[in-house]
Amino acid sequence: MRNPDQTLDEILNLSAAHFKVPREKLSPDDDFFKTLRIDSLQALDLLTRLENHFGIELPDYELQGVSDFRTLASRIQSRL
Amino acid sequence: MALHRDPCNEIGSATLEDLERFATAIESVGDEAHAVILYSKLSCGFCAGADLRELYHSSREMEGKAAVQGVRGFLERIHRVMNIIDASPLTTIAAVHGVTFGGGFELALVCDLIVADKTTRFCFPELRLGLIPGFGGIPRLKRDLGNGVVRDLLLTGRSFNATKAQSVGLVSQVVAEGEALKVARATASQVKKFDRGTAAIAKKFIKPIPYEELRREIDLFCELFVQPAVEAGLKKFVESTDAQPYLP
Repeated sequence: MRNPDQTLDEILNLSAAHFKVPREKLSPDDDFFKTLRIDSLQALDLLTRLENHFGIELPDYELQGVSDFRTLASRIQSRL
Repeated sequence: MALHRDPCNEIGSATLEDLERFATAIESVGDEAHAVILYSKLSCGFCAGADLRELYHSSREMEGKAAVQGVRGFLERIHRVMNIIDASPLTTIAAVHGVTFGGGFELALVCDLIVADKTTRFCFPELRLGLIPGFGGIPRLKRDLGNGVVRDLLLTGRSFNATKAQSVGLVSQVVAEGEALKVARATASQVKKFDRGTAAIAKKFIKPIPYEELRREIDLFCELFVQPAVEAGLKKFVESTDAQPYLP
């Protein structure tokens, strides 16, 4: 099973690759809406990719108000 | 049928007219076809649902009663289209990806088969606006799925990915990103091998159309539409500059 740091790292890697942002420009406490320059529909796209990557189901209402990678990682970690 | 209207194939008057032409075409196609495929040409997804901006602005231009009559008229037209596709003797396939929300989800639900790529998300967000799905969503979802899943989708407003949708019996095939149309075409080729008349009889037998519930849905939607919370919800959605208007 992944530890929280691994989960966070995989989220940052996946986000950087999919939205074509250099990995070194992403930090755990970044607001991913701003750093990735995404809107709500793209955020749902990211959620889908994370669900597929981690093999989990994460209701989108659990992400209400979540905008940083670290909190997103903790939500995902709780489902692993 | 290729949906192609920016930003994400919202169903307003223009897309409704496209769908009406499509419905007329499949009614008159006769024995020339075995199957039809509905898909989107846009990268954002299959369809983001009803055009809430058009609904909001057109309703505001009218008095209360006239606004409800306008909404009812729109619903009658879209239900007619949905019912024609639903009842078509052709095998209908929705090839979906990305956002498949509200009215877009309802359009997929009228089809016999749903092929979804891994980016697909299904959602009924209507309760967030104080409404229920109005294009036949609840009766058709009830027809296809267990009521517990229907309640989950409807009452929480949460979205499902393609894998979850397949696990509950909504999606027939989950495919790699960008492959839904190709797989839908392969499925249509398979359908073509069978006798069309027999396939039509089988479809009619296993896919009854819940006309009475569909009528009731229009009435309920119109009853809810006059509630002040709905106008407030639509206003908030239309005027929102929030990065997460779909996740209130």
